[in-house]
Amino acid sequence: MSMVQLSQTTNVLPRRTTRLRGRMLPYLLSLPALLVCIAILVPFVTAAVYSLQRYRLNLPYLRGFIGVDNYVDFLSDPAFWNTLRISLTYTALTVVLELLLGLGIALLLRRPTRFHNAVSIVLLLPLMTAPAIAALMWKLMTNPSFGILSYLVSLFGVHDFKWASDPSSALFTVVLVDMWVYTPFIMILLLAGLRSLPRQPFEAAALDGVPASFVFFRITLPMLAPYIITASLFRLLDSIQQFDIIYAMTQGGPGDRLMVFQVQAYLEFFQYTNVGRSAALLMILWLITNILSNIFIKNWLRLRARAHGHA
Amino acid sequence: MDHSSLAGRIFRGIALALVLVFFMFPIVWIFLMSFQTNEQILRIPPHILFEPTLANYQALISGQLRTTAGNLEISFIRNLMNSFALSSAAVVLALLLGVPAAYAFARFKFRLGETIAFTLLSFRFAPPLLVLLPLSLYYQQLGLNDTYFGIVWVYQLIALPLILWIVRGYFEDISPDIEHAYRLAGHSWREAFTRIAVPLAGPGIAAAGLLSFIFCWNNFVFALILASADKQPVTVGALAFVTASGIQYGQIAAAIVLSVTPTLLLALYAQRYLVEGLSLGAVKG
Repeated sequence: MSMVQLSQTTNVLPRRTTRLRGRMLPYLLSLPALLVCIAILVPFVTAAVYSLQRYRLNLPYLRGFIGVDNYVDFLSDPAFWNTLRISLTYTALTVVLELLLGLGIALLLRRPTRFHNAVSIVLLLPLMTAPAIAALMWKLMTNPSFGILSYLVSLFGVHDFKWASDPSSALFTVVLVDMWVYTPFIMILLLAGLRSLPRQPFEAAALDGVPASFVFFRITLPMLAPYIITASLFRLLDSIQQFDIIYAMTQGGPGDRLMVFQVQAYLEFFQYTNVGRSAALLMILWLITNILSNIFIKNWLRLRARAHGHA
Repeated sequence: MDHSSLAGRIFRGIALALVLVFFMFPIVWIFLMSFQTNEQILRIPPHILFEPTLANYQALISGQLRTTAGNLEISFIRNLMNSFALSSAAVVLALLLGVPAAYAFARFKFRLGETIAFTLLSFRFAPPLLVLLPLSLYYQQLGLNDTYFGIVWVYQLIALPLILWIVRGYFEDISPDIEHAYRLAGHSWREAFTRIAVPLAGPGIAAAGLLSFIFCWNNFVFALILASADKQPVTVGALAFVTASGIQYGQIAAAIVLSVTPTLLLALYAQRYLVEGLSLGAVKG
């Protein structure tokens, strides 16, 4: 009924706005946003073109179109496979660990008491810390000569634990920093999800004396699934592109131990001035994130439509 | 469903305590460290009780650091000012560009609107270097490299999508009937927009603005590539600072405290809105 009224009111809108201007209005309003879009798309297309060129900043006269050679070269390049392997390992570790920890914390804070709410607010602080600065904080805490964490592990008999500067523990250290920054993100999304679940199934289960583990695996988890998927895809997309934490902590080192995609591309560009190779590396990363983000956006829009009551 | 058994409550209590320690300890520890002298920091075992000193902050503010290698001039306060200036300018610009566009997306169904919204959303997830590296070459040709304007413009990549999507949601939640009634009374769409729609979406606009400020402030890679020392924000400045030789650890800690305090205070202030903003695709350093 309100729809009918609505369409009537739109028909009797003041004549002052001419029909043409009325139709142009949305375009005029979104013109600046369109400009930003174009400003993003131009460098993006440029990067795609660069990735098909032999283009080194220090050897400009060698510049030329070489087709997919940059990509083909990757196939036989152990550095590329190292980058791919490290990026995927880092992503898998951070997402899985943050998901488990975030879910655990969300379950602990599930009842909306004043204390639980206060804790969930305090847990926002790491998330709001700049990741690059967070890396510096952990760098100070893991300093071999005075770092508090180095001291604490030495109390447990682990001496000379070198954290990010030892190839065997570097990955562990940056994953720990990533968890410190981003676990609260997953916790917050899942807590919002948990608290929005309908109560009836849980009340019915409690009345029937259903064991807690059954309730968790058969009721809580399935109902929470959309939130878990959203949160993980989100983290997946950010994690595979991680730059700040790793660059601030070790600049990809020690050696090439933490050469994830964006760090490698950054060094390729600024240290080796190899624009073509850097662009090709980023295009591959883009391809991966684009597939993931298409899944994500579809899923997210479905949730959004549901939240807006199929508006 | 109630975990009221004693063992359950003890377990939950311990687990919560561990969670709080893991997430709060680094902040507390760095805060304490920023009030310590180098000698106090280097003590083994570390002391929790110490005589606090403001020397680290004084050195940062005066810009003169006494190091083993002699006097070192730093411009950390300038970095702090840069962070304020760049983030505020970026958010103001994004609000001016984004709020009208968000209104258009919410009120008019037109194909271009959806295309823009999706392009911005999908580039929210694209690797930032993919856009930044070619852009830095363009900037060199255009003379925009290492200018405040150039950096603020790039910050739109962070702020604009956030504002568009959050504010659009708020506009969609407001019934258009009020605006229609207002316009039937003879007012123009612009009056309906500024006097009805924007005030009603006010909380959403404020939340989006605060969140984008935090994310611009926390950004690292944009300024790392586009800004030279005198235009760098704290995130990049603090890193350069750490690698400088002979810096005292307490001064690094004080620099960290100064860099994170503004965003943490804003986050506490705006925490009501954070959940919604975050779920809309915000987190990006």
